[in-house]
Amino acid sequence: MNRQHLHLRNARLIDPKISLDAHLDLFIAYGLVAGIGQPPTGFAAERSIDASGLIACPGLVDLSSRLGGIEPELNAAVAGGVTSLACPPDSKPPLDEPGLVERLVRRSETLGLARVYPIGALTQQLAGEKLAEMNSLARAGCIAFSQAKRAIVDTQLLLRAMQYAATFGYAVRLRPQDQFLTGDGVAHDGEVASRLGLASIPVSAETVAIATALLLASQTGVRLHLSRLSSAAGIALIRQARRSNVQVSCDVAVHHLHLSEMDIGYFDSNARFDPPLRSASDRDALRSAVAEGLAAICSDHTPVDADGKQLPFAEALPGATGLELLLPLTLQWATQEKLPLARALARITCDPAAILGIEAGSLSVGSPADVCVFDPDEAWRVTPEALRSQGKNTPFMGYELSGRVRMTLVGGRIVFEA
Amino acid sequence: MHNPQLNANGELTHLLSIEGLPRAVINHILDTASSFLKVSDRNVRKVPLLRGKSVFNVFFENSTRTRTTFEIAAKRLSADVINLDVTRSSTAKGETLLDTVDNLVAMHADMFVVRHAASGAPHLIADHLRRLGRNDVHVVNAGDGSHAHPTQGLLDMYTIRHYKKDFTNLAVAIVGDILHSRVARSDIHALTTLGAAEVRAVGPQTLLPTAIEKMGVRVCHDLGTGLRDCDVVIMLRLQNERMNGALLPSAREYFRCYGLTPTMLALAKPDAIVMHPGPMNRGVEIDSDVADGPQAVILPQVTFGIAVRMAVMGILAGN
Repeated sequence: MNRQHLHLRNARLIDPKISLDAHLDLFIAYGLVAGIGQPPTGFAAERSIDASGLIACPGLVDLSSRLGGIEPELNAAVAGGVTSLACPPDSKPPLDEPGLVERLVRRSETLGLARVYPIGALTQQLAGEKLAEMNSLARAGCIAFSQAKRAIVDTQLLLRAMQYAATFGYAVRLRPQDQFLTGDGVAHDGEVASRLGLASIPVSAETVAIATALLLASQTGVRLHLSRLSSAAGIALIRQARRSNVQVSCDVAVHHLHLSEMDIGYFDSNARFDPPLRSASDRDALRSAVAEGLAAICSDHTPVDADGKQLPFAEALPGATGLELLLPLTLQWATQEKLPLARALARITCDPAAILGIEAGSLSVGSPADVCVFDPDEAWRVTPEALRSQGKNTPFMGYELSGRVRMTLVGGRIVFEA
Repeated sequence: MHNPQLNANGELTHLLSIEGLPRAVINHILDTASSFLKVSDRNVRKVPLLRGKSVFNVFFENSTRTRTTFEIAAKRLSADVINLDVTRSSTAKGETLLDTVDNLVAMHADMFVVRHAASGAPHLIADHLRRLGRNDVHVVNAGDGSHAHPTQGLLDMYTIRHYKKDFTNLAVAIVGDILHSRVARSDIHALTTLGAAEVRAVGPQTLLPTAIEKMGVRVCHDLGTGLRDCDVVIMLRLQNERMNGALLPSAREYFRCYGLTPTMLALAKPDAIVMHPGPMNRGVEIDSDVADGPQAVILPQVTFGIAVRMAVMGILAGN
């Protein structure tokens, strides 16, 4: 699949970054967007694609995807229209060595599917004790630093980590989860956990950690991103910080926009998430925060094999497969909230691209031709066979969702076609 | 929501939790237990209801007492009883819960009596059997984590019905570590289903689950308030590991604030009964004078427990 001169005809082009929503042709040459509406002079298409009835938008950008097996998960990414993704450092071994980062970058470049942006470990072995070699990791390809799901318990070390990252202008991403308040909890501290006798995690586990991170971030001036917010109270803290001009961004996992603690039902381990699904009012607060643009949407793709889920709830591994559900679940949320499509797509294209500081998430002329072409109305049923990811774990299994990716381009190359 | 313990006809196929059990099903179990109670009084204490059936007691968590009562109940129904102490065998070798279940199904188990430290483990097994299409194999939850202990809940209801006849005018106080108590949760579901006038959850905030009032109980932090004019007092066992300072300062202070003494019991109605799921910590949650006193019905609970477990197994085998 070489880079061809492509002419995409009759699609509805939506690019929230440049406020574009119109039926225009898209011209691609040398891996870049060469023209919108008008071909560049001397353009001769090697392939012309009829996209009538379809939408073409910037390839989706995902803030966090775990790649168990790299190849199947990157295939899942492009099948879901995701062309750029950030990979958290809690792989085995963790991304705290430049050599590991270089290998991941090389491997993903060789595959030529979605672009992979590694997030480096903030501390060695993610142990929260010693700073990782951030500068060397950045040279190897890391675009930000995080602890993934591990907390830094020592607040002095957290302060030092932020100061050191700020020295070089690196972004720090944190999961706001106070380790002590989280304890051995597995579900939201509310009526469902109380009824089912599950160890619970209070909202304060999130808010205490957010408050700490915000205070230290404003002290150090570091670029802070808070990952996977789960509560209304957490959102309120972010809103307040933004008003006081603290430089902070945040995201919400796509399943948190649709589910609440009630979806645990009778111990459904597919509804076990980190952070946990919280109350319906928390979910509603997350939905409006994303609608207003306070938070971006993230797939939080976490493939878990069947053995990891066929366990009692508290022993099951948390997380869900998400790359192939990111677009349809975002579309479903947008439909339910009656949001303009461009606004919804911003949350999975230009917004996360801006958070990651990468050149992606736009179709403006001269941008890399990372494009997602999808049929917004095509319904499909979520089945194990329909998912390319090795992880078949999702609480949406069996659901019928609208929105199917028909073609994905990365750097002008067709990497997925259905 | 699909109730995983009832079949399409609304009959009991597993006993996983009291939650979601219709009042008629609970009453049917209690009525059946009543007839089995007479079996225990006969010279030949056996009925052939489960003859030729294999009941596997699968205990992933130790409990000699509960296992024994299930064993007696199954034997009085003429079942073959196999006791498996899984804590010391398969799982220690790395076998998963469902692998263990598959092996026992291959040994032609008809019924599993399961105790597990993780909330929801019996649900997982029942769901697994459903996916295997083995509707003929039944699961009885003998206690899972902090979630449920439905046969204890049912025997508690049997005891209350025996002494108080009607539930609708009763005030019931459940006192102690409700946060970690599967018994408390099962009792609360049973009492609210059977229409008890008031259920009170009594304990310090550290031992009460968040939003417990959503289960239909009134929260009392003061023991005196919780006991005043109540008809039934259910005391809960305080596990040793809870007394080490994280949830409570000490056993001594706990007894001072929440221990059931004759003076405190005098606040309840004069004919109030005192229950305890056992084993008791004398001098921690209950004073010996109360435990051995005329209002205590703790030993009858044990006797009724056998009949209730016979009823549950008999009904499951018939469905």
